[in-house]
Amino acid sequence: MIEVNDIHKSFDDAHILKGITTSFQKGKTNLIIGQSGSGKTVFLKCLLGLFTPEEGTISYDGKIYNDLTDAEKRDLRQEMGMVFQGSALFDSMSVEGNVKFPLEMFTKQSKSEMQDRADFVLKRVNLVDAHHKFPSEISGGMQKRVAIARAIVMNPKYLFCDEPNSGLDPKTAIVIDNLIKEITEEYDITTIINTHDMNSVMEIGEKILFLKDGLKAWEGTNKEIFKTDNETVTDFVYSSDLFKKVRQMYIEERN
Amino acid sequence: MKSLILKEIDELIFGSLGIIIFISFFIGAVITIQTALNLTNPIIPKYLIGFTARQSLILEFSPTFVSIVMAGKVGSYITSSIGSMRVTEQIDALDVMGVNALNYLVFPKIIAMLFYPFAIAISMFVGISGGWIAGVFGGFLTSADFVEGLQLDFSPFQVTYAFIKTLVFAFVLATVPSYHGFYMKGGALEVGKASTTAFVWTSVVIIVSNYILTQLLLGQ
Repeated sequence: MIEVNDIHKSFDDAHILKGITTSFQKGKTNLIIGQSGSGKTVFLKCLLGLFTPEEGTISYDGKIYNDLTDAEKRDLRQEMGMVFQGSALFDSMSVEGNVKFPLEMFTKQSKSEMQDRADFVLKRVNLVDAHHKFPSEISGGMQKRVAIARAIVMNPKYLFCDEPNSGLDPKTAIVIDNLIKEITEEYDITTIINTHDMNSVMEIGEKILFLKDGLKAWEGTNKEIFKTDNETVTDFVYSSDLFKKVRQMYIEERN
Repeated sequence: MKSLILKEIDELIFGSLGIIIFISFFIGAVITIQTALNLTNPIIPKYLIGFTARQSLILEFSPTFVSIVMAGKVGSYITSSIGSMRVTEQIDALDVMGVNALNYLVFPKIIAMLFYPFAIAISMFVGISGGWIAGVFGGFLTSADFVEGLQLDFSPFQVTYAFIKTLVFAFVLATVPSYHGFYMKGGALEVGKASTTAFVWTSVVIIVSNYILTQLLLGQ
């Protein structure tokens, strides 16, 4: 579980995060949504420890990040997995090399143990024939799956995803969403996803945090988001005609 | 880390040997021909052609001129490879994993560049060989004259001086482009700009440090 208490973050004169308080539950897919420039990425980078908030605290299962020593912070980082928007796979390494990388850096496993673990996670993300291919030789969807495999290879407690299905076709996007949800439940991970994709919101948003201008504008579940009367949320989530119609049908059905 | 260092040695040193050998051979040849064509006074002995070729190549061409070329070849490779990693969030990925990205990316390059003096030694040898071939087969002087010139007033410290310079330039070649790649911001266009800036600054630092080192090591 990750608890965020009144965090503020500024860059020069720009006050990006203006006091966000929330919590993210273990074993659930938590989504952060909001318009571009609402502070989602800065918030996610604060959660990852890449940015240090000027005020407020972030605690990971009770451990307050700012109170940790450098060594403890390094240990905590090894409990985090991250899936970047562009996958961020290492170009110079094969798929297998990318997945084994954290194991080689941080564990004392034998080569065969590392191989077994890499094979296992690659199989878990349904990639069995791409071990020796390089990132440039595989599709965007496969790259995302490799990124997920690399993120979970160390059995992380916390999984962060920055727009995991951007640039993917709708079908592959659903596959990636479902994979993240399955992994979250299977390994009881605290998963936080930064997304613009309303399909993800509806499908896997067990908790949704809506940010606007660096503030928490709304939070709830994917079921609650249908019912909310919060105009800021509805203007953003139901900005397309399709979603407006879907919501209308939902409301009519309820009535 | 060992495999990373070996990979960088292969990329930065062995990968540069072709261009170093090519340039050194022809510059050595041209220095010899130019010197021969300008020494028209019959009183001046022919062996001075070999002497000039040796001094030019060992003292300046191989350590300094080749390093400027390497600022373009190795420097732009380092900046663009690290810069591309920055743009594609690969450096952020290292940070998130808890890997010291600066150490992971730059340290192997610094260690690999410790082998740079070997490349410069090859440059000196090939340059002098190019001078000998151009001088002798071009009919400008005899092989004996060239060899006599090579041995004239030879001071081993000149080679030491050249290798001290080379080691300093190797450090500059590994670090200045790495800095520009690691701390760049923006996208693909900025990677190109960072490579150009890195080349300019690496060249400037090499030229200035060449002056300072020459004054310190050879000045009275």
